[in-house]
Amino acid sequence: MLASPPVIEVENLVKVYRSERAVDGVSFAIKRGSCTGLLGGNGAGKTTTIASIMGLLRPTSGTVRVLGADMNRERHSVLHRINFESPYVDLPGRLTVRQNLAVFARLYGVANARERIAKLSEELNLTGFLDRPTGQLSAGQKTRVALAKALINEPEVLLLDEPTASLDPDTADWVRTRISDHQERIGATILLASHNMSEVERLCDRVIILSRGKIVDDAPPPALLDRYGRDNLEEVFLDVARGRGVFSGEKTS
Amino acid sequence: MVLRHWYVLRSSWPRLMEIIYWPAVSMLTWGFLQVYVADASGRAAFAAGTFIGGVLLWDILFRGGLGFSITFLEEMWAHNVGNLMMSPLRPAELIASLAVMSVVRLLIGMIPVTLLAIAFFGFNLWAMGLALAAFFVNLILTSWAVSLAVSGLVLRYGLGAESLAWTVMFVLMPVCAVYYPVAIMPDWLQMAAWALPPTYVFEGMRELLLHDIFRGDLMVEAFLINLGLFAVAALIFAALLERARSAGSLLLTGE
Repeated sequence: MLASPPVIEVENLVKVYRSERAVDGVSFAIKRGSCTGLLGGNGAGKTTTIASIMGLLRPTSGTVRVLGADMNRERHSVLHRINFESPYVDLPGRLTVRQNLAVFARLYGVANARERIAKLSEELNLTGFLDRPTGQLSAGQKTRVALAKALINEPEVLLLDEPTASLDPDTADWVRTRISDHQERIGATILLASHNMSEVERLCDRVIILSRGKIVDDAPPPALLDRYGRDNLEEVFLDVARGRGVFSGEKTS
Repeated sequence: MVLRHWYVLRSSWPRLMEIIYWPAVSMLTWGFLQVYVADASGRAAFAAGTFIGGVLLWDILFRGGLGFSITFLEEMWAHNVGNLMMSPLRPAELIASLAVMSVVRLLIGMIPVTLLAIAFFGFNLWAMGLALAAFFVNLILTSWAVSLAVSGLVLRYGLGAESLAWTVMFVLMPVCAVYYPVAIMPDWLQMAAWALPPTYVFEGMRELLLHDIFRGDLMVEAFLINLGLFAVAALIFAALLERARSAGSLLLTGE
């Protein structure tokens, strides 16, 4: 039982592209202040689920509510309280980092935008390249800027799709720390889609495993390890991917 | 390599259309112009500056539309559409910002050109006074309506539809009587011409330059058609935005 109303509610979500069911009857609810990982292989339906939650993708059927708003009909009433990071989007490369952050601060109606940008620059270590064109930055620097954009409005709900993809382990670890800091500081609710098991293990207090558009497991990481009799989530992931998981009715060895 | 480019070409109907309609547009425009200048009244009209006036007013229509579309394409090229659609920015606000930027780009491009027209040819567009304001409003409204629909197509079909932004306005050129009067067109084409607001502007410009008469009635008619045109374009944009949302192309913008 959830003590307070869930921040994200997904009910019987279905998305069909032509004849392919990318997401097939997914339902879950996420409580305030939690960090939930969406785990699954390529084509499992993670990005489709996240895009539906953001309201960027219209589901074939089912409903998605975020902060109480139906994301198909009322998303504009809550978008200022949400933000996201995705490998499928970029920030305009010809604008400097400062200009990009200033534009998004205005779009999100951030009060004292100048101070907010200065604070974020310090926290995310952007000060050295704040006035450089975003397109000229390294992959690691761009990810930090994308994270700054995702945090510009101090979102209550943060949706992250592969936030550390293509980053070196040091930068990836650094980014995870910042995400964790944000969650602890304002009690944000985070939904994180990732292939990276150690990332999910470190950040998330709950893991939803998707396979072929369906939820095949949903539990806190320790419970999953226990259930599958594994030492880490990577082994659990391999069990699920290869059909050896408890969800298939087979015992793990 | 031929195969690689053939695959791209046949996967994008806007690219195919562009190849097909260009020769037709050129043939019609310059053909009607030839008919017009073969007549003495046509040569007299050119002497009164209707040709350069047509060029400058056409540029308001063309550059206004291009400024709107390019500003939108900048977001597509930057893969920034997903960021914008996830922000609290509403579609109407996005459209308003594109319209403002189209005017800014237009003024930057057109003001020096109108001054050059005075310096080189003694043709002062600004001397049209209030009539110019009426011409401008009607032309810019048409350009926004056309570009709004094109932006919707780009949003839905990706950058394969980008070429429409550069070329779609030229489809109007032979029909909306930029350089010659509607009267020289075949009857069936005249009906199409009078359905387009720019036709009223170019006819109004010729009345002003040849007879020193400002036809307010033409401007009002053009304005009313423009309102309808813009409403239709807004509906098309909204429908294509919804289709893009259904197809998932708001996140995955590209070719």
